[in-house]
Amino acid sequence: MSATGATAAEGGIQSHESTYSGGPWSWITTVDHKRIGVMYGLSAFFFFLVGGLEALLIRLQLGSPENTLIDPDMYNQLFTMHGTTMVFLAIMPLSAAFFNFIVPLQIGARDVAFPRLNAFSFWLFFLGALFMNASFLFGGAPDAGWFGYANLTSTQYSPGMRIDFWVLGLMVLGVSSIAGALNFIVTIINLRAEGMTFMRMPLFTWMTLITAFLLVIAFPAITVGLVLLMFDRMFGTLFFDPLAGGDVLLWQHLFWIFGHPEVYILLLPGLGVVSEIIPVFSRKPLFGYAFVVYSGILIAFLGFGVWAHHMFAVGLGPVANTVFSATTMLIAIPTGVKIFNWIATLWGGSLRMQTPLYFSLGFIAMFIIGGLSGVMHASAAADLQQTDTYFIVAHIHYVLFGGVMFALFAGMYYWIPKITGRMLSDRLGKLHFWIMLVSFNLTFFPQHFLGLHGMPRRTFTYESGLGFEAMNLMSTVGSMVLGASMLIFLWNVFWMLRKGEPAGANPWGGSTLEWSTASPPAHYNFRVLPRVHSRDPLWAEDTGDSMLGDDPGVPEPHMPGPSIYPLLTAVGIIVMAVGALTTTLPVVFVGVGVLLFGVYGWAFQPLEH
Amino acid sequence: MEMHSSTGLSSRKILMWTFIGSECMLFGSLITTYLVYRGKSVVGPYPEDLLNIPFITVTTFVLLMSSLMMVLALAAVQRGDMRWGKIWLFMTALLGMVFLGGQVFEFSHFVHEGLTLKTNLFGGTFFLLTGTHGAHVAVGVIWLLSLFFLAQRGRLTQANAETVEIAGLYWHFVDVVWIVLFTLIYLLV
Repeated sequence: MSATGATAAEGGIQSHESTYSGGPWSWITTVDHKRIGVMYGLSAFFFFLVGGLEALLIRLQLGSPENTLIDPDMYNQLFTMHGTTMVFLAIMPLSAAFFNFIVPLQIGARDVAFPRLNAFSFWLFFLGALFMNASFLFGGAPDAGWFGYANLTSTQYSPGMRIDFWVLGLMVLGVSSIAGALNFIVTIINLRAEGMTFMRMPLFTWMTLITAFLLVIAFPAITVGLVLLMFDRMFGTLFFDPLAGGDVLLWQHLFWIFGHPEVYILLLPGLGVVSEIIPVFSRKPLFGYAFVVYSGILIAFLGFGVWAHHMFAVGLGPVANTVFSATTMLIAIPTGVKIFNWIATLWGGSLRMQTPLYFSLGFIAMFIIGGLSGVMHASAAADLQQTDTYFIVAHIHYVLFGGVMFALFAGMYYWIPKITGRMLSDRLGKLHFWIMLVSFNLTFFPQHFLGLHGMPRRTFTYESGLGFEAMNLMSTVGSMVLGASMLIFLWNVFWMLRKGEPAGANPWGGSTLEWSTASPPAHYNFRVLPRVHSRDPLWAEDTGDSMLGDDPGVPEPHMPGPSIYPLLTAVGIIVMAVGALTTTLPVVFVGVGVLLFGVYGWAFQPLEH
Repeated sequence: MEMHSSTGLSSRKILMWTFIGSECMLFGSLITTYLVYRGKSVVGPYPEDLLNIPFITVTTFVLLMSSLMMVLALAAVQRGDMRWGKIWLFMTALLGMVFLGGQVFEFSHFVHEGLTLKTNLFGGTFFLLTGTHGAHVAVGVIWLLSLFFLAQRGRLTQANAETVEIAGLYWHFVDVVWIVLFTLIYLLV
């Protein structure tokens, strides 16, 4: 195992401050996966705070019965945007930040397969996020829930532009996600280092590949649903008009055929992160690597067969309900397999109790709790009581916050030294962890009881005297502390940038290729492309070839040049969306013009110039 | 940047195939919507009133022939015969435009007979499904004409055979989708 800083290559591995240097224009035109990853990460964290603020307002309103802090209309906007923001603008881009920065390094590549397409994905996401949030300033934010059920979303029941912001925004984000996923599929299939067979790939790369397949298969379903809804709203079609024979359940089916795989899109990257961290901090290879890979594939596959468990209360009938109950329970099995493999990895390991491991262990514990309530909903009969109550809210937050966010924070503590070249304070990290763990549980555990006692979701207040007061107050207090705990993290990052110790190439003693590069890596990643002979190349005896990463004797490779066309193409799409939103056809045509200019410029610009 | 390949295949080709896989889900969802709403329109006109199978058979044949043109175009470019490469590329685009012309004719006939997007579920699902397909054909036509003009200027050569191949993959996909649509919408009324 290579120690911090020292490597086989004499002359050491230099820190490359130039990786991030250059003015705003160099960032706007960058096609470097590392910079794009940083931009995704910063944007995602910003929107995580925005979504968090929306949550805190919800909790303030619910802190006491019959509260009048937030009126019903604003409340509907808040819970809608909280969900939409957290899913699409925080968790997915945060995962994308790691896909971008880490995967090319882990597979020993210099960048992704299509660097400009990568930049396009980022700019379209960023502009789409701004577009959707602009709704707050122009008539109000979407207010029909993050799942936008028909026909509440019809023009009859949702007049104005709110739902149009939602529909168009999600379509834009969908294009961004699909483009990104296509890029990562090709990258992982085709740009792996020599000797890196699929069964030698790092787990995080595996989960990225599986997530990318989920994205390209699931997103088209919601795209079609959104198109049907958009046509109903803009052109007067009858797809969700019951009087004309339309079926509102068609929306639900299309949405959840996307929506259930979507939760695995949210989860699998986090599972990948934890699968990287636990072996490194146990100083043992991952137990049952193949089982962890296959269970990831099985989760993805089964994830397409459970969607109607979100529809147990709509009247699909006993046969459908039974089938979906069964498939939903089945999916607990591969998830359990992973948990046992992590435990077996920790068992007998030489544990390094540092912040990334703390968050990984916290993830396992919280995710198990979330999984248990999930299995309870899997029973259609039990779910008839639980659905649309706070019991479900408790479940989703245990798996998405206690699960996914804890895992992504683990990833942040693990990989930020690689990204910035500096170490975060482990002491502050552990403080953040404990306060977050305790306050998270204080916020969400009482919600299980609130749900079982009958408190409904998505309702702006509750009557006094129903016995909901104490639990809601506890939850609200917990949420305030949870919000404050983020400040500890931000302070840690700020402190790190000014006073953090240089990280060196491999501060944690990791085994995968990203730890063989400088921190941060040079813009070309590897002077010589590495060759691997095992799953843990930096732990293996044959470190000969793979450590040549930064041999100064080899000339710097040429990298693709910057380009403005990805951003321009994204701008064209957003202009089209604005035209559609305001139903001004000339603006749509201007958007098409900008789009075509961007696409042709992109097609005719050579990759290196 | 060296164009590394773990599989021996070109990255651009893998990208197009994966994109086509995603598009299968897109059309699959649209087709499902069409099938779920078949027979559910509350008012007419209904499919049996309007669908003109002989006419559509001709336009279908035209589109299928365009795929043949595409195959010939690729073969020509691969052997370095840019003269025939240009001709076949243009013919592919031309037949695509004839197909689109047929669609426009059929659509305006339907509107004339009282079927629009908003009339009933048949109108909505029919125009959305065939319209989405037509939009894909139009994108393909623009792509092919762009390749044709590049070739005219001597900027598309035998070295670019893979670019033509990838355009061909897209074009054949669009054709296969039409075969499915033709079968489900027109033949299985």
